[in-house]
Amino acid sequence: MVTTAARNDDFSYRLWRYDGAPGELIPLLQSAQDHFGYIPRRAIGYISGVTGVPESEVYGVITFYSQFRLQPMGKYVIKACDGTACHVQNSRMIIDTLEDELGIEVGGTTEDGLFTLSTVACIGCCSLAPVMMINDDTHGRLTPQSVRKLLRDYRRRETAARAQAAASCGDAGAR
Amino acid sequence: MKKVIVGMSTCGLSAGSQKTYDRLGELLAANPGAFELKSAGCIGMCYREPLVEIRENDTRIVYGAVTPELAEKIFNEHVGGGRVLEEHVALRIEPGRELGGSEAPHQKNQVRIVLRNCGLIDPESLAEYEAAGGYRALRKALLEMKPDEIVKVVKDSGLRGRGGAGFPTGLKWSFAAAQKSDVKYVVCNADEGDPGAFMDRSVLEGDPHSVIEGMIVCGKAIGAHAGYVYCRAEYPMAIRRLTIALEAAREKGHLGTNILGSGFDFDIKIKQGAGAFVCGEETALFQSIEGKRGMPRIRPPFPAEKGLWQKPTNNNNVETYANVPWILMNGAAAYAAYGTEKSRGTKVFALAGKVKNGGLAEVPMGIPINDLVFKIGGGIKEGRAFKAVQMGGPSGGCIPASLGHTPVDFESIPATGAIMGSGGMVVMDDQTCMVEMARFFLDFTQNESCGKCTFCRVGTLRMLEILTRITQGEGRIEDIENLKTLGAQIKDASLCGLGQTAPNPVLTTIKYFGEEYEAHIKDKRCPAASCTALVDFCIDAETCTGCTVCAKNCPVNAITGERKKTHVIDTSICAKCGKCITVCTFGAVYKK
Repeated sequence: MVTTAARNDDFSYRLWRYDGAPGELIPLLQSAQDHFGYIPRRAIGYISGVTGVPESEVYGVITFYSQFRLQPMGKYVIKACDGTACHVQNSRMIIDTLEDELGIEVGGTTEDGLFTLSTVACIGCCSLAPVMMINDDTHGRLTPQSVRKLLRDYRRRETAARAQAAASCGDAGAR
Repeated sequence: MKKVIVGMSTCGLSAGSQKTYDRLGELLAANPGAFELKSAGCIGMCYREPLVEIRENDTRIVYGAVTPELAEKIFNEHVGGGRVLEEHVALRIEPGRELGGSEAPHQKNQVRIVLRNCGLIDPESLAEYEAAGGYRALRKALLEMKPDEIVKVVKDSGLRGRGGAGFPTGLKWSFAAAQKSDVKYVVCNADEGDPGAFMDRSVLEGDPHSVIEGMIVCGKAIGAHAGYVYCRAEYPMAIRRLTIALEAAREKGHLGTNILGSGFDFDIKIKQGAGAFVCGEETALFQSIEGKRGMPRIRPPFPAEKGLWQKPTNNNNVETYANVPWILMNGAAAYAAYGTEKSRGTKVFALAGKVKNGGLAEVPMGIPINDLVFKIGGGIKEGRAFKAVQMGGPSGGCIPASLGHTPVDFESIPATGAIMGSGGMVVMDDQTCMVEMARFFLDFTQNESCGKCTFCRVGTLRMLEILTRITQGEGRIEDIENLKTLGAQIKDASLCGLGQTAPNPVLTTIKYFGEEYEAHIKDKRCPAASCTALVDFCIDAETCTGCTVCAKNCPVNAITGERKKTHVIDTSICAKCGKCITVCTFGAVYKK
C-alpha cells in the first residue's frame, strides 16, 4: 500500500495537486527526475501545462542546474568528488581509475545501463578524501584498488540479483 | 544502563559506521537489555571515524576507528566486563576531570557553541534536544522579550555572519525589522557550496533543531511568519534529518500557529538546491526558490528591503542561526567574551587536505592559523612540510606557511589577500603545485559562473586558458601580467561575489608563490612534481615487485621488465596518461 507521504511525493500526484503556489517549479522538476530517473520531454510538457510556465523557460531552468538530466541515467549514479580537499588528495587518479574500470568517460553511462559517471564539486566529506557517492551511499578514503573492488562488488550483486530474478521467473513459468 | 552511541552522520557512514552499527545491533539482539544502542551526529573527529561512545551517567568514553571486530571486543570487555580498552580511547570526558584520550589535544582547544550538541544527542530526537536545553531560548524570545530586545541581544553579542561576508547579524536583522510589510521571510542559506567546507552539513545532520530554533527567534525579531531552508541537493542526509526535525517541531507545537501560546505563527519549508554553486549567493538563492535560473540580482535594493518575492527578507547562514539560541540563553556578554574586538565569538573550521586530523573544530576567533594546523590538526601527514592553507573556498586565497602566525578573524585574513570565508581550510604540503591549484579553482568558478556578466563569463575562461597552458608547459612571459590585469578587471566588472572573488586564488598564488609560476613558464618545470606534462613517470626499484601489471596496461608499451624484476618506464615513449599509477597495487609508480 502506498503511504500518504510516498503518494505526496509522487510526480503525478504533485502535478494533480498543484494549486498555483509560487516556487514549485524546481520541486516539480526534482519530483519528475525522481520518478523517471531523468526529465523526459513529455514531463516538460506536463509541468508547463500545469504551471503555465512556457516550455522554453522550463528548459532554461533545467539546463542551468547540474542536477537535472535530460538523458536516462544508469541504475547507479557515481558522483566522484573533485572538490578542493579531494583534489589535493589525488581525486584525479580516482576519476581516471573509474573511467578505466567502467570503460566510459565522465558524463557517460555504461552500455549495460548500470553506471553513470559524473563528477561533483564537493560532497562535504572532506576529511575522508578522496570520496565518491554511488546513489545515496558515500564511500571515503578511496584508493584505486578500493574503487575497482567496490565497482566489482556492485557488478557481482547485480549479476546475482538478475540471476535470482530470472530463476524465479523460470519457476513461475514452470508451474 | 550503558548507552552505546555510534556516529552516524555522512562522514561516519562513509568510513563504514553502518557495519559497526549493524554488528552492535546483532550483539544487542543476542543479549537483550545489555545496553541501549543509539546514533548521534558528528563530534568533529572525522579522521578517527567510525566513532563509538560508551556513555554511563555523565562519563563519556569515545573509541576511535571502531571496526565491527573492535566493536565486538568493546562489547565483551567494556560493556560486559567494565574494562576500558585504553589503547583505543580517542576521548574520555568525565565531569570534574581533565579531558583524556589520545585525541584530547584535538578537542581541548575548542569552544563548542555551534557544535554544542553534535555527537552528544540523537539528532532525530526532539526530546534529547530539549533535555540538552533546547527550545528554552524560543520560550524566552516569544513570551518574555519584545522584537527590538531580541535584536539588541544579537547586536550586543557582536555576532557576524558566518557564511563568509561577516556582516553584523544584529544590524542585518534590524534592517528587516524596520521594514513595513505584512509579509516577510526568514531564509537559511544551507547551500554550502565551497569545496572543502562541511560545517553546515554537520550542524544540519547533528543538531537540526538548533537551526530551526534560531530561525523562529529571527522571525519573531523581524516580524516574519514564514521561513525557508535552502539546502543543497548533495546533502541528502541533512535534508532527511531536517525534515524529521521539522515534523517533530510541528507536532510539539514549536512551529505552526500560536506557538507556545504566544500568539506568534511561524513555519518553515525546505527548498532543495539543484546543483549550482552560484545559488549560495543570496539573490541567486532567492531566484532559485522562485523557480528561476539562479542568476544574481543587482543590489541595492538589499534583501532586507526587497528579497524573496520582492518582500523584506533576512538571509543568514546555518552556523549564524545555530548561535542564536545559545546567545539568548547565555547572554550577549558571554558570547562577546570570546574572540577579538571586531570578530567576537567562535567559528567552526573544517580542516581538510594534507593535515593529519581532518575534521571540524570550533575555536574562538583570533586563534593563529598555526594553532589550527598543528595543535588541533596534528600537523602535516607523513611528516611533510606545511606549504600553504587555502581559506575561503574558490573566493578565497592561498596563505603561505610563512604567514601561519596570522590570527583567523575578519580583519587579519583579508589583509593577506585571502578571505576567511565560511570556514573551509584546505591544508597543502610541498607536493601540491600552487599553479595547478589556481587552475583548479578557475576551472570550478568558470563552470559555476551563471553567465550574466561578460567579464566573469568570458574573463574567467581566458584566465583558465592561460593557466592550463602554463601547467602544460606552454606558458609565455606575458602570462603573469595578463593574469593580473584580467583578474583586476573581472573583480571590478562583476555583479556578484562569484565573479568579484573568482580571481583571488590566482592573485594570491601569484603574490606568494610567484617563483612557481616562473619555474613553469621559464624552465618548463613543476617544482612540486605534480603537473603531469612537466614531470616524468618513474618506478621505484625498491617497491616494485615485478608483477608486470603496469607493462600489460601501458597503452604505448613504454614499460619493460621481466617477471619479478624491477620494471622501467621509457620516458621518451611515455604518454604521461597515468594509467600505470592507477593499476599498480604496490604504489611503486611516482612522478618526478
